[in-house]
Amino acid sequence: MAKEKQKILIVDDSEMNRSILTDILDSEYDIIEAENGMQAVAALQQKQEEISLVLLDIVMPEMDGFEVLQVMNEQRWIENVPVIMISAETRSSRVDQAYELGVVDFITRPFDARVVHRRVVNTILLYDKQAKLKELVAEQIYEKEQNSGLMVDILSHIVEFRNGESGLHVLHVRTLTELLLHRLVQKTDQYHLKQKDISAIGTASALHDVGKIAIDERILNKPGRLTSDEFAIMKTHTTIGAEMLKNLPFHQEHPMVQLVYQICRWHHERYDGRGYPDGLVGEEIPIAAQVVALADVYDALTSERVYKKGFSHEKAIQMIVNGECGAFSPLMMECLLDVSDQIEKEFVNGGGQVQAQQRELQSISQAMSQHRELSASHRTLQLLEHERMKYNFFAAMSQEIQFEYTLLPPMVTLNTWGAEKLGVSEVIMDPHHDPKNRCFRAEDWSDFAKNLRCTTPEHPLITQEVKLMFQGEPRWFRVIARAIWSSDEPPQYTGVIGKVVDVQESKVKMESLQRMASHDSLTDLLNLSSARKRIEEQIQAAPDAEYALAVFDLDKFKQANDNFGHSFGNEVLIRVSEKLRQSVRSGDIVARYGGDEFLIFLEYSQDLYSVIDRIFHCLSGEDYKGFLISASMGVAQSSMVGTDFNALFHAADMALYAVKNDGRGMFRIYDESIEDLPGRAEA
Amino acid sequence: MTLQECYIALGGDFEDVKRRLPTDRMVQKFVLKFLNDSSYQLLCDSLESKNYPEAFRAAHTIKGVCQNLSFTCLQQSSEQLTEALRDGPSPEVPALYAQVQADYKKTADAIRAFQEGLGE
Repeated sequence: MAKEKQKILIVDDSEMNRSILTDILDSEYDIIEAENGMQAVAALQQKQEEISLVLLDIVMPEMDGFEVLQVMNEQRWIENVPVIMISAETRSSRVDQAYELGVVDFITRPFDARVVHRRVVNTILLYDKQAKLKELVAEQIYEKEQNSGLMVDILSHIVEFRNGESGLHVLHVRTLTELLLHRLVQKTDQYHLKQKDISAIGTASALHDVGKIAIDERILNKPGRLTSDEFAIMKTHTTIGAEMLKNLPFHQEHPMVQLVYQICRWHHERYDGRGYPDGLVGEEIPIAAQVVALADVYDALTSERVYKKGFSHEKAIQMIVNGECGAFSPLMMECLLDVSDQIEKEFVNGGGQVQAQQRELQSISQAMSQHRELSASHRTLQLLEHERMKYNFFAAMSQEIQFEYTLLPPMVTLNTWGAEKLGVSEVIMDPHHDPKNRCFRAEDWSDFAKNLRCTTPEHPLITQEVKLMFQGEPRWFRVIARAIWSSDEPPQYTGVIGKVVDVQESKVKMESLQRMASHDSLTDLLNLSSARKRIEEQIQAAPDAEYALAVFDLDKFKQANDNFGHSFGNEVLIRVSEKLRQSVRSGDIVARYGGDEFLIFLEYSQDLYSVIDRIFHCLSGEDYKGFLISASMGVAQSSMVGTDFNALFHAADMALYAVKNDGRGMFRIYDESIEDLPGRAEA
Repeated sequence: MTLQECYIALGGDFEDVKRRLPTDRMVQKFVLKFLNDSSYQLLCDSLESKNYPEAFRAAHTIKGVCQNLSFTCLQQSSEQLTEALRDGPSPEVPALYAQVQADYKKTADAIRAFQEGLGE
């Protein structure tokens, strides 16, 4: 099988320059070209782990070579991808700047083809070798750490076993120690603690009681109170532990041994100087011992022992704060109170084991990101590549639009299927300023941005319906997205991942159901309840305008039904509703609210009488297949009866009744004289 | 016209480019390609529209290409123009631009003559 060629990314705005370099290198390497910094960053974002080398020009449009290096530093790509700069730039300040930003070599124009070729080959070989060595070392370190972690666990378990403790004490103290330290470094850097120191103190804390293996078991496990003599012996576990460390024939200088020494000897000291064995005061007590002491006290209070029951979390915190058990620095007390809720979650509500594992993972990943020299091993990259392949396969099969947005650099990446259907690029640099690749409508976009701003690391999910141009047609989609927050303290918003699902059909169905619910199926006019809702909305939006409500029914409609049949009656109703639609303006509301009963609601600014007169004459007078369409209509004005729907409707109905009394085929606008008409009640 | 004669006509250093690029064929390929390079047009357009940052980049690119091909004459004038544009336009720009225009014409004419000779 032919070995796959390594890839080189050539970044230069001049096509000439790129093709000269390509000619020099393309017999041995696969060449990817980028004509400005933006394209280079996009290429790196997509296939950073495949690119073996970057040849980078400085002066370019969009984003210059130095800006590319900035991004490569921010993203830590520079640690794995060597960069050779090629430029006509000869000023030493610029060359220095390039080296400071991590380039491995600087070739000035005009270059010698053989020199470029040689340096490229050498650099790639060097990085390859380095990567293999790194992998070897990383795996050995991993194994070694595993082994030594195991030894510490076994040893501390033996100590506990002898104490008659559950084996959880060591785990608890370690968890608490790390929680407290994480909080402490957020509050102050006076102790100069780094992530690796926190892990080291956590590990060392497991051995805080190692001196107890030299204490008589009868004293260790005595159920009742210790006598003062017994207590004096018990106290020696601190100095005995320290002695054991001090007499180690090897590793005396190792920081871990020194930490364990401090913790063993001084985890029973008190900040006020009244502890043992040395009566150290305040910051004389090393910070590792201060933290473990607090962790030890909390766990001792909350655990059940042969001589006592366990206290509740609240009670234990309260006892420590009141100074009933030991004395601690004000800063340590603050840390304890700050992480109190977290402690409760870890220990009291169970699930501690899982969380401990998560924290472990988190701290490993934190450590990884802090070690410049530690990079992902080849196996990790293979796993990653496998995941990526799996992801791409499912993304392609699912017929969903999937996307990823990163804040730095601002860039949207879409799956191939989605980009194709939306008619945009798979990689969109600087999407906020790229109208060509915009697929959201402005209002959807601002809603989406607003929803994203409302996410938190605890609630990162959002769902929103948007209208997108899909294969050139507007369709409804549902966006389901997850904001990505970094694991920093405080967490930083770094981007979004999400998918976009087609909901056009269910949306259309929903709309048609809604329409069916609000419309009369025969005439497609509104029904009474939805008309009423819209009328009330319109009045509420502009309460001071003048409105009129008209109700009418068809004269002798019963005869039409009786003489010509029901389907003819329906035809008449449809005809009337057509005329009704033609006679009103688009903002007016019309409805059918009974067999042959209709409603019109309109806003007017001029003479109401002439408006109604026009509508009325438009509706009546037609001879429809032998049936003379004639209507009786009653009208009510908001200026007379107010804007309440019921009042308007009632007044219009009264006016209609008055018309019927007077012989039908007319309209009448409600006035106070109508109230006195007799006989409505029994109608 | 030979490639060497073309270099003399355009004020370049044929020995230098021969030393740096592996074959004469490759030199010839890129010399001919020079006529299609859009940087010169970009320089003219951006000076016309007073877009000085863009003009700086274009002059810089011309300089780089000339360095690669050892077009000494055009390289020198474009380098001077690049420096005159680096921190915004300086008063010398019009004179230096005129020089670049003259040198570009000389270079392009020589390459075209060489190209025509190839067809025979």
